[in-house]
Amino acid sequence: MEVYDLLFFVEVLIGGLLSGVMYSLVAIGFVLIYKTSGVLNFAQGAMLLFAALTFVSLVERGLAVPLAIGLTLLIMVALGFAIERSVLRPLVNRSPMTLFMATLGLSYIIEGAAQLVWGTQVHGLDLGISDVPFEIAGIFISTFDLAAAGIAAAMVAGLSAFFYWTRIGLAFRAVADDQFAALAVGLRLSRIWGSVWTAAGFVALVAGLLWGARLGVQFSLSLVVLKALPVLVLGGFDSILGAIVGGLIVGAGEKLAEVYLGPFVGGGIEGWFAYVLALGFLLLRPAGLFGTKLVERV
Amino acid sequence: MTLFSRIAGVAVAATLTLGTAAVQADEQHFPMQSYRVGPYAAGGTGFFGGFIDYLNLINTRDGGVNGVKLTWSEGETQYEVEKGVEVYERLKGNPGIAAWNPLSVGIAYAMIDRITQDKAPLITINHGRTDTTDGRVFPYVFPLLLNPYSETSGIVNYVAAKEGGLDKLKGKKIVVLYHGSPYGKETIPIYQLLAEKYGFTLSQIEVPHPGNEQQAQWLQIRRERPDYVVLRGWGVMNPVALKTAQKTGFPASKIIGNVWSNSEEDVIPAADAAVGYTAITTQASGAKYPVVQEIVKTVYDAGKGNLDDKKRIGSVYHNLGIVNGILNVEAVRIAQKKFGNRTLTGDEVRWGFEHLQLDPARVEALGAKDLFHSINVTWKNHEGDGYVTFQQWDGAKWNVVSDWIAPDWALLRPIIEKSSEAYAAEKGLQLRTGEDAQAASN
Repeated sequence: MEVYDLLFFVEVLIGGLLSGVMYSLVAIGFVLIYKTSGVLNFAQGAMLLFAALTFVSLVERGLAVPLAIGLTLLIMVALGFAIERSVLRPLVNRSPMTLFMATLGLSYIIEGAAQLVWGTQVHGLDLGISDVPFEIAGIFISTFDLAAAGIAAAMVAGLSAFFYWTRIGLAFRAVADDQFAALAVGLRLSRIWGSVWTAAGFVALVAGLLWGARLGVQFSLSLVVLKALPVLVLGGFDSILGAIVGGLIVGAGEKLAEVYLGPFVGGGIEGWFAYVLALGFLLLRPAGLFGTKLVERV
Repeated sequence: MTLFSRIAGVAVAATLTLGTAAVQADEQHFPMQSYRVGPYAAGGTGFFGGFIDYLNLINTRDGGVNGVKLTWSEGETQYEVEKGVEVYERLKGNPGIAAWNPLSVGIAYAMIDRITQDKAPLITINHGRTDTTDGRVFPYVFPLLLNPYSETSGIVNYVAAKEGGLDKLKGKKIVVLYHGSPYGKETIPIYQLLAEKYGFTLSQIEVPHPGNEQQAQWLQIRRERPDYVVLRGWGVMNPVALKTAQKTGFPASKIIGNVWSNSEEDVIPAADAAVGYTAITTQASGAKYPVVQEIVKTVYDAGKGNLDDKKRIGSVYHNLGIVNGILNVEAVRIAQKKFGNRTLTGDEVRWGFEHLQLDPARVEALGAKDLFHSINVTWKNHEGDGYVTFQQWDGAKWNVVSDWIAPDWALLRPIIEKSSEAYAAEKGLQLRTGEDAQAASN
């Protein structure tokens, strides 16, 4: 391999890893809810769209950015508790498939509500982070993607600290380990679920702003959920570390496949290659790389 | 836009739909498979908004077309083929249907057999299946103004003009970045043919739907170091392409967008990454044209405008909708000259489209001088030899940067006929003659 080819390979790899971080951002929202309630929340993409659309619409109506972030967060908190009250609580003790279908329906409702309230127009979103690349040894690296990776790292660190060093974090983990035992020691499940959905709303806001700055704030934002699913299969549905590692593997894998395998099969393969990768892992490790192995007495 | 205004809009739309259900004798109806929600809503609201605004103008200002009132009804498709077909089946029973305008390649493909059987024109302005240009094989389909092959030829001619002539294309390298859909793939063969003819090196790279991730494609482009990239995108693919081009160091000034990559919605989300980007168009943007001004005065000032956001008046999709309205209405007007000032059948309106000849003087009389150039549809040529121009984004608005350019129709016609004749042979269709085209059922 010549030096130029090697540099190109490294550039594709770095680009893929940085894209993977963006996928992880979405996947973390899924993990939070799955970890504590066992629900695969298909509405996470719609929440991301709703958060970004709310933020950008408030800013366009003249609100200062910090105020818009605060207000959007409040709205996401209200949304989180509303979902807990109106969807999850009535369906408690139903099968995981029922809950999954409920979140699928929820995603359509949130998407529709977002467009009904804020309209269907495409919005630009400038976070003040330049996207002009810088060059190291002939390799172009995106400033924006690096900043996004930094924000993701800070968010993961913050969530980890929250889980391990706060009382409510401890309660989250207790519920994740055993809901019945948690109830038996007096934890209020409904309040914890509401808090988890709020946390997922916060993740949706952060992911929505970063993805919105990349794509523009528009309906297609909700489709980024499709990028998170293989990440979850690969990393495990209940592991934040798994979401990060899974995102990196999916991002790097699909970019390398598109560049090096794509030309042999007509190109355009990255959309489904991530799922091939996830399926491969699923056959070898059904719980994903870092997911909890489920053992049930039957 | 407030929740109240949305609800009010829905109520008005419902009223219009109910109103049109009881269609009277002298009314001409336009069923619309529109998309006002979903991933392509921005394009749908602009286009159908412009179309309806023009129909409203004709009703309000002129009392309809020679006394025949124009009516319409909408069915939401979200740009999905199955929903488009369902809306077709639901609305096709409405009396006095003039033409169908789905603004979707997928829905249009699914409708060809149906509208042929039902004898109603299907308008695919600026898009659609290229070989439907051949009216000998496709009597009811009209890819008005610009079919995909003409668009390709127009773009190559523009690049050649920038380089100093068609002979200067030899040795140049062009990459076509296309949407991974039937629409995106439609032009693959014609780019190959033009590359062979003019001697430029060609690479065509697919972006999987919806196109929200393009790092790999643009790194490939960076490695190939092309002179130009043609962006054949749709929806979110376009701003992402421009942003990723910037991220990988490719200048926007070397990217030429196709006719579905030329709207404000394609460039605004890309912010400064889109400055200097150029795209082809069949109609200019802006609100300075007399017909657009009349719509503002007659329709919007009376509170009857279809766009929620008045800032979108004169945008690319809105103006395309207005031009589409002009072409539909003029086809009805032309058909009325032959068949009388009454509600026409779909087949009679088809005859009108096959005689839709608007020279620059007539375009000016319609208040659309410089909005679009002209059209010359015949029973054989359902595209009508539309001219194209190129516009460049300066960060705030589009500016026209070329004259009206003619695609190389003579070069394209035999290729189109070859394809359409193969379709006819496959389906066992008899080629239509000029005599067949003159007859219209009522």
